[in-house]
Amino acid sequence: MLILTCPCCGVAADETELAPGGEAHLKRFGPGSSEDAFEGYLFLRQNPRGVHFERWRHAYGCGKWFHAARSTTTMEVFGTYSAQVTEPPPEITAKIAAAGKPTA
Amino acid sequence: MTTRLATGGRLLDRGRSVSFTFNGKRLSGVEGDTLASALLANGQMLMGRSFKYHRPRGVVASGAEEPNALMNLGSGGRFEPNQRATTQELFDGLEAASQNHWPSLEFDIGAVNSHVSRFLPAGFYYKTFMAPRPAWKHVFEPFIRQSAGLGRAPKERDADVYEHAYLHVDVLVVGGGVAGLTAARAGGLSGASVLLVEQTGHWGGRAPVDGAEIDGQGAEDWIASAVTELEAMPNVRLQTRTMGAGVYDHGYALVYERLTDHLSDKTGPRHRLWKIRARHIVTATGAIERPLSFAANDLPGVMLASAVRDYVVNYGVSPGDRTVVVTNNDDAYRTALALKEAGLEVPAILDARLEATGALPEAARAAGIRVLTGRGIAKVKGRRAVEGVAICAQAGEGAVLEEIKCDAVAMSGGWSPVVHLWSHCGGKLNWDDAGAFFRPDPSRAPTGADGTAFVTVAGTANGHLLTAEAIADAHEAGKAAAKAAGHTATRKAAPKATSEVEAPMAPVWMMPQGAGAALRQKMWLDYQNDVKVSDVQLAAREGFESVEHTKRYTTLGMATDQGKLSNINGLAILAGSLNAAIPQVGTTTFRPPYTPISMGAIAGEARGELFQPLRRTPLHDWHEANGAVWEPVGAWRRPYTYRKPGEATEDAVAREITATRASLGLLDASTLGKILVKGPDAGRFLDMLYTNMMSSLAIGKCRYGLMCSENGFLMDDGVVARLSDDAFLCHTTTGGADRIHAHMEEWLQTEWWDWKVYTANLTEQYAQIAVVGPNARKVLDKLGGMDVSKETLPFMAWADGALAGHAVRVFRISFSGELSFEVAVKANEGRALWDKLLDAGAEFGATPYGTEGLHVLRAEKGFIMIGDETDGTVIPQDLGLGWAISKKKDDYIGKRAQERSHMTDPARWKLVGLETVDGTVLPDGAYAVGDGVNENGQRVTQGRVTSTYYSPTLARGIAMGLVLDGPDRMGEVIDFASLDGTGTVVKTKIVDPVFFDKAGEKQNV
Repeated sequence: MLILTCPCCGVAADETELAPGGEAHLKRFGPGSSEDAFEGYLFLRQNPRGVHFERWRHAYGCGKWFHAARSTTTMEVFGTYSAQVTEPPPEITAKIAAAGKPTA
Repeated sequence: MTTRLATGGRLLDRGRSVSFTFNGKRLSGVEGDTLASALLANGQMLMGRSFKYHRPRGVVASGAEEPNALMNLGSGGRFEPNQRATTQELFDGLEAASQNHWPSLEFDIGAVNSHVSRFLPAGFYYKTFMAPRPAWKHVFEPFIRQSAGLGRAPKERDADVYEHAYLHVDVLVVGGGVAGLTAARAGGLSGASVLLVEQTGHWGGRAPVDGAEIDGQGAEDWIASAVTELEAMPNVRLQTRTMGAGVYDHGYALVYERLTDHLSDKTGPRHRLWKIRARHIVTATGAIERPLSFAANDLPGVMLASAVRDYVVNYGVSPGDRTVVVTNNDDAYRTALALKEAGLEVPAILDARLEATGALPEAARAAGIRVLTGRGIAKVKGRRAVEGVAICAQAGEGAVLEEIKCDAVAMSGGWSPVVHLWSHCGGKLNWDDAGAFFRPDPSRAPTGADGTAFVTVAGTANGHLLTAEAIADAHEAGKAAAKAAGHTATRKAAPKATSEVEAPMAPVWMMPQGAGAALRQKMWLDYQNDVKVSDVQLAAREGFESVEHTKRYTTLGMATDQGKLSNINGLAILAGSLNAAIPQVGTTTFRPPYTPISMGAIAGEARGELFQPLRRTPLHDWHEANGAVWEPVGAWRRPYTYRKPGEATEDAVAREITATRASLGLLDASTLGKILVKGPDAGRFLDMLYTNMMSSLAIGKCRYGLMCSENGFLMDDGVVARLSDDAFLCHTTTGGADRIHAHMEEWLQTEWWDWKVYTANLTEQYAQIAVVGPNARKVLDKLGGMDVSKETLPFMAWADGALAGHAVRVFRISFSGELSFEVAVKANEGRALWDKLLDAGAEFGATPYGTEGLHVLRAEKGFIMIGDETDGTVIPQDLGLGWAISKKKDDYIGKRAQERSHMTDPARWKLVGLETVDGTVLPDGAYAVGDGVNENGQRVTQGRVTSTYYSPTLARGIAMGLVLDGPDRMGEVIDFASLDGTGTVVKTKIVDPVFFDKAGEKQNV
């Protein structure tokens, strides 16, 4: 039962308040894209044993989407951040690197 | 024979007699008894029958680890099976019954299984009952049904109430023994908020029975003063009869409180399930004694040494006149001494070790007890109860050296720390050679959000079996937990305990160590599931080398045991069979809850009306008062139809449809989703969201739109109205409003976050009433206030205005094929407008209709319904909705997916209308069958029914379905398989899905 702090409203939200949204930072491929590119976007996921960048929605709170960096093995949370970025912010990646964890 | 001793019983209030029944027989016990101790006091050692062989079984333990004494408790709405007699406190009027026997506990026909036990070996489910197939139905299944299953399932609705409670604490301490009290004290003194929970009704755990001196006081006195000290701390909360059930991610814990199980008065909640968030958790859960594996160790009268001690000291119960103690450690000598002190005979202590010279063995010798070292039990004598033991050399193969008459055996194979809660959330274990048990590895603890450990184990549970060590360890654990929660650890000293030095135990996994096959077949590892040493050895020989596989194959440690009694002994036998070390074999996974918790506690308040919040439209009360047959749609309740007194449901539906087609129907459409999409980029956004072009929609006009997922599948539909240059109102399906609003937000927040669009779900802000039928315009004209003529308000237009003094927005849209106006009004004016429509419509026979009428009306017109024609695998192209897919747009959600080869496959089933040749109604969900069979040997299918109704308008059955090449096969008659199992088919003609008013003249007037 995770606790993630919503970066939009600042609430330390219980997992029951949140809805999971799978892997973060996917690039959308639309009409005109190759079969491989579209397959990768629609179906293929990292599913790492380790640090995972993932999407969450504060569904029973402010309703906003955000991103979290979380270890799937230790449950360590390296931070939550805006959903409106295409890659994790440097302070998050620095924290992960400092912890000696690889980022897939 | 067990009986009550004349004196003793530290937990008893002998002045207060308690009456209860067992298998219908009235018995009496004493206040403070458990059900098990009261039964023993009444001479009732036989408490149940084993699962597989129906062997007679007595109580083995005195606590939560009890495998045999599982009872049916209570009756009627308070009946509950599989409750442990050892943890059930006695109260006046308690009703208990033994289970798993037929016809009676004393005489059980199933006991014959015992004689055929060689036909029920490990994995017998998988082997014996595989073949031949007919034998399953006629022989095995009736046999298993009669003999299997422990308790009966309750039949009546639970008469009790349950609740959930929530708490945030700095430190949760699980276990109220001396270690738990010490840890809670250290945490409390450090300023942390502490919750201390204890599963039984008593503080102090085993210490008062086992004896210890703490801070110069006897155990009982120290416990009382520690509890007093803790109760005086405002930051510490103490709860008995509260079990730590499970530990989960990020310091979440489930704690199970039993409030009335020990009382005659059942008023108030029975169980409370606490959902705790703790910054740190200390588990001080103690240890559980292990049985020894010797032949016939399951006879009633063979008990754990610690349990024998508990019954004597706590409950003043004699386990028998003559008790033989068999052990591999010093601790069990305490049992011999306790028995002796109670005036009972201990004919011998059999110690598997070659020497026993510690303080406790010397004390036993001084008390005149015969101590035999290097000895074990070859076999327990007796058929239904212990009559004696045959003694052998532990080192040998079981040659009998001597027989001793006795009526009870107290066994101790050493102790296993209770590591369950540590393990629930990923804490790892190390094997401790000296104690022959698994203990927590603090370097591999469960970790929290900050990456540091959030569970600390304290005392005996941490492998410190001696009181002095356990208390010192628990004090440090309490300090560490408080520190982890952000407090400064107390400087106060730990309580000081003294305990007798104990000599090392010697692991004994089989007694005697060289026992032959005949003895091994009588050595029980898991009493509850009837798993013997020979079963685990057989599993190993058959290649079940993983402990998890062995567990499932043999059923070792399954059901309520969950690794409490049987775990280590079973692992050791498996390791021995594989010639591997125990830590290499590893242990099975410990999963919550620690002991079973009630289904009622899990449900909490969520039952009956509180199961799910109910959404009511502004017209709900009117529907209810007017014969509504409710249909759940999402969290809403919608009228399926309105039944007049004496009217059948299907007649009501037909009446509503006929009245609507002929004159005037009214529908509560308030549940339809209404989402406002506004902003400079609103049109551009809706062009991505819908398959058709929305940005070109003129202000004042409506357009039907389809919404797909990125997978290309149709997910929702509805009418979009353009309110202004930058604002659209999107109607969604009833069940889809929240989902579609979330879908919009997801794309806006996570993909197109730079687009200037704002959405608001206005669904409940408006009541919406569909006014439908040839006389719809007349009734609106009667209300007066706005021009709804064909010229001013043509089909697929909307207008703001007033009707009968209400500010309204009228949409000229139709889901029935009739002249139709959907009138939206502020929610709080909905009922008034509805009443006025009924009034004004009376002369036209205004008829409210329900969802079934709505469905039939739309099906007669061939309109699709999300959830009927779609099921998450259907794309708009399958439904002949190509006209609603814009060819001009470069992109929309789902467009790329619809170009995938499977989506463009001409063999995809397509929507058609279906008419049975004989006019009957096709069965819903029926499949159209083709010729031959597929590669799986199943009949080839070529289509399926998606909607099917009786049409009162056409006086025949009508249906829609998806059929292979359907649109190209108009007029063809195909076969639909009936669903009644007769193998017959329904001859059905493929037709146009629009059954009524194909030209659409009725709606466009």
